[in-house]
Amino acid sequence: MSVHFDYLLRLADTSLVLGQRLSEWCGHGPVLEEDLALTNVALDCIGQARLLLSHAADVEGQGRDEDQLAFLRDDGRYRNLTIVELPNGDFGATVVRNLLVNAWQAQVWASLADSTDRALAAIAEKSAKETRYHVTHAADWTIRLGDGTDESHGRMQSALDRLWPYTAEFFVVDALDEAVAAAGIAPLCSTLEAAWMATVAPVFEEATLTVPGRSPFRSRGKTGVHTEHLGHLLAGMQHLQRAYPGGQW
Amino acid sequence: MTALALSVEDVMRVLESVPDPEIPVVSVCGLGIIRDVAIEGDGVRVVVTPTYSGCPATEVIAASIREALVAAGAGDVRIETRLSPAWTTDWITPAARASLAAYGIVPPGERRTDGAQPIRLVARSVSCPRCGGRPTTQLSAFGATACKALYRCEVCREPFEVFKDI
Repeated sequence: MSVHFDYLLRLADTSLVLGQRLSEWCGHGPVLEEDLALTNVALDCIGQARLLLSHAADVEGQGRDEDQLAFLRDDGRYRNLTIVELPNGDFGATVVRNLLVNAWQAQVWASLADSTDRALAAIAEKSAKETRYHVTHAADWTIRLGDGTDESHGRMQSALDRLWPYTAEFFVVDALDEAVAAAGIAPLCSTLEAAWMATVAPVFEEATLTVPGRSPFRSRGKTGVHTEHLGHLLAGMQHLQRAYPGGQW
Repeated sequence: MTALALSVEDVMRVLESVPDPEIPVVSVCGLGIIRDVAIEGDGVRVVVTPTYSGCPATEVIAASIREALVAAGAGDVRIETRLSPAWTTDWITPAARASLAAYGIVPPGERRTDGAQPIRLVARSVSCPRCGGRPTTQLSAFGATACKALYRCEVCREPFEVFKDI
């Protein structure tokens, strides 16, 4: 497996799994407008994942396609960041995660503009416009609920406390990150942290939420080490192709 | 190989009649997603830039383009997807904007090109497309399709849609 392919899977799987989690809100949103909003964000994420997986399949050159990559890999082959596979929690926890992840994605897409992989740069250019919208939506709700009632503030703070440790993984450099940086495919992920923090910190401040300090905890979803939650998510998402291999609409 | 009887102008005329499946008052040309048309032998090549990566209409649009061109006499229709430069609402034609407004959808406004984006969702201030009233309130930054947001007029109390600027 090439580092190029593996790197594309990290981006694609993070978008795909977040999109799958957000789609669980379909029909369950607190109000109709937010049900639509979360499923719209889900749709954008899944669209980004489709473009990235199709490109990954081309790079791999083994004749696989986006569907085979999405539906026929087990959890150990998934390379998404751990934070996106965690269960949604309540609406507040969902928007806190969206803010953390979407703000990271915004930095990633921007950083790929000069990638030596021109197809990836094009996907990033397209995705950046959508992600910008997702960030503003999540930021708006984070402020509204964080600086809201005692109940909403307490829930938002506990969601942030629970999710924050998983953001360390966004910026931890491993051998694969070094290899893609050396190839000019993407800058080192650690270089994105300051700009990401400059996006999210003012939002949490306005939301009257306290940003936790860094702990030694490191999740490792991007290396294929996942929580027990991902297998359950994939069982639902992959059911049709597993039960009826090769089935088509 | 027989020469195709269609010219690029003919192809564009056909595409002018292919509606967007979700907003049928606008054609694929009006939406600005047709980026290039070329006659190649007895076939036609159409380059399309998708609006949103996850837009479910993308595949229906490709099928409608193919169907319309084949009906018009094109032998082989090749549809190519081009992602860069990314689609922007600036590409929606003035005529299509007028059709959107007449249909009750507020057309997109000016896009910010300086790269700076507000972190808070600052809703666009628009007038109601039905009664022309103000103020109007954004109910949701997202709407029934990927490209629209949902608003309500505080004068006539009717909900309406606004094209998102991207």
